[in-house]
Amino acid sequence: MIPSVKQPLSGWGRFPSEDCIVYRPEKRRELDTIFEESELPHFIARGLGRSYGDTAINGGGGVISFLRLNRMLSFDDEEGVLECEAGVSLAEIVETFLPRGWFLPVTPGTKFVTVGGAIANDVHGKNHHRDGTFGAHVLDLTLLTPKGKVMTCSPKSHEDVFWATVGGIGLTGLILTARVRLQRVESAYLRVDYRRLSDIHATLSAIQETDADYQYSVAWVDCLARGKSLGRSVLMLGNHASPGELGSRKGVPFKVRAKHKPGVPFDFPGLVLNPLSIKAFNAAFYAMHPTSQGKIIDYDTYFYPLDSIHNWNRIYGKRGFTQYQATFPVGHEEGLIGLLERLSAASCASFLAVLKRFGPQGPGLLSYPFEGYTLTLDIPIRAGLLAFLSDCDKHVLKHGGRLYLAKDVNTHPDVFAAMYPRLAEFRTVRRKVDPNSRLSSRMARRLRLAKDDKA
Amino acid sequence: MSKNSKEAIAILGVTSSIARALAEEFARDGHPLVLAARDLEEAETIGADIRVRCGVETAALELDAAHFDTHEAFVEECLEACGNKLGGVVLCYGFMDAQVKAEADFVIARRTIDVNFTSAVSILERFAEYFTERRSGFIAGISSVAGDRGRQSNYIYGSAKAGLTTYLAGLRNRMFHHGVHVITIKPGFVDTKMTFGLPNLFLVASPEQAAKAMYRAIVKRKNTAYVPWFWRYIMLIIRHVPDWQFKKMKM
Repeated sequence: MIPSVKQPLSGWGRFPSEDCIVYRPEKRRELDTIFEESELPHFIARGLGRSYGDTAINGGGGVISFLRLNRMLSFDDEEGVLECEAGVSLAEIVETFLPRGWFLPVTPGTKFVTVGGAIANDVHGKNHHRDGTFGAHVLDLTLLTPKGKVMTCSPKSHEDVFWATVGGIGLTGLILTARVRLQRVESAYLRVDYRRLSDIHATLSAIQETDADYQYSVAWVDCLARGKSLGRSVLMLGNHASPGELGSRKGVPFKVRAKHKPGVPFDFPGLVLNPLSIKAFNAAFYAMHPTSQGKIIDYDTYFYPLDSIHNWNRIYGKRGFTQYQATFPVGHEEGLIGLLERLSAASCASFLAVLKRFGPQGPGLLSYPFEGYTLTLDIPIRAGLLAFLSDCDKHVLKHGGRLYLAKDVNTHPDVFAAMYPRLAEFRTVRRKVDPNSRLSSRMARRLRLAKDDKA
Repeated sequence: MSKNSKEAIAILGVTSSIARALAEEFARDGHPLVLAARDLEEAETIGADIRVRCGVETAALELDAAHFDTHEAFVEECLEACGNKLGGVVLCYGFMDAQVKAEADFVIARRTIDVNFTSAVSILERFAEYFTERRSGFIAGISSVAGDRGRQSNYIYGSAKAGLTTYLAGLRNRMFHHGVHVITIKPGFVDTKMTFGLPNLFLVASPEQAAKAMYRAIVKRKNTAYVPWFWRYIMLIIRHVPDWQFKKMKM
């Protein structure tokens, strides 16, 4: 049996935390016997722990870290197809392939996530309206099911298992390897246009007008602005730059100067992030980004602004924080506006509220994005917050919206079920691949994802 | 110098996380690699990874440190795999079980000594022959700070590593006169499979940090390198505690 260690684990939001038995295999074969030999009731796979809530924690059970199963297995440099183990991080992919002219097909706002985690959460990025989710670029994957079988699944073979795994937060098996198609790029830079927009209506119509012309689109929203300024924003629109657009850097289009990486060495006291300091930050950001055209920005600064500050989650202090993300269908913009009003009235927002328009929904059974507007913001944990968020959940549901598993810590199972009409299909696939429920997590139990056993 | 003209480096026991990271350091510098491990399939997987990331050639070979009678053939295979152009060898493998188990079961104690010490003599003497003839190259051995002083919690492993350390010191002396460099590397606590879940560790380095320091030490032709560097001073103190005092301590 491979060694294990008991340790408290949480998601990136540092709330909640549970004692878990952690395994960290270094050889592929060490996984083969884990389900058989272990006396633990259940397991969940874990990557870099960037899901905010309780997706990858499993109190009373095992957590299998994939960080040492991070080998790249092959690369087809005609098609840009990378075959790798699930523990390979997006950062490693960028570092290896960007200098050769390839970039991630889809990237979330951090590159410190694993391929396994990107599939299990079916993550999206600023290009969702054009390119869909990460899962849309996975050609196939191998899955170790709790029955001890290695199953290769793809949109053409075992497609039910494939689409339950994409977005299935690790509940169908351990993702061992995947083949992912990368996208060709001509440089490591983006050409970015900024539009400063004075309220939510201007923001929404600007997003709609511009989406077709830009591969990447996201608006930063000042969640503290109220009244006539509600939803004022800076819309950031980008396309990959060609060498000709780089000016003096055009001879070395893939070269990016290494940046100093500061860290957050300790938990900030609760005082640092107060409504005043956050309001000042938001106002300053708005003021500093007037409408402008054609700014050339390196990929790291554009896609991963927070990755340059290690442990940035510590700025929210010991109590942790949650990231709330809600999507409203097109035609229900009043739901989005209503949510903004609640949030700004409660003054619970922080910096980093982002708004983007999603493209059409993908086939992942629990995959999050669907056509509509998605709003994301960090909220520090404090007394009464969870009850406030439960009210917000009901508001989201009433307007046909939904919440995201990669972020959630608090949704009621009935609310969740109402938001995900394909949950029953997911449970059916799960019964087939994991009849004895050897895969579980705090989230799975909290939201009754495995079966509807009202405990 | 073009990438392909660099000499090959052999990494013995490449499935350890330090060895894998060290192999990647050499590959990033353009060296082709011979990767040896008991688990051939894993060695091949690591080889594939290094080829994809670094674009160098790799070969994978099976090596069981505890099977001494296979070592001569292994070294020949190793030289063949790189077309007799081996620039250096790094012995990375090791074996450690809980001290109490090694006390109670001589099979475990013996394996600790065989793998960490006896096999090194068996394998490195063959490589020494080859490098002596070429009058160039290096031999690096990963020993341990545990070999610097016997402690109740780890002395069977520690004494095998002490044997390795002394062996490498002698080999360094002998090989110096043939233009071959021998380096002893002594890691402190590194976050590997060997230390995963052990209590009371401090100042733990990541395998990547350790490998970078080891690579620099090899390139700079150090004789003995503590990794990370401050372990030299920690061990200096530990070595100088007098026995009458040391024996009373619990460490």
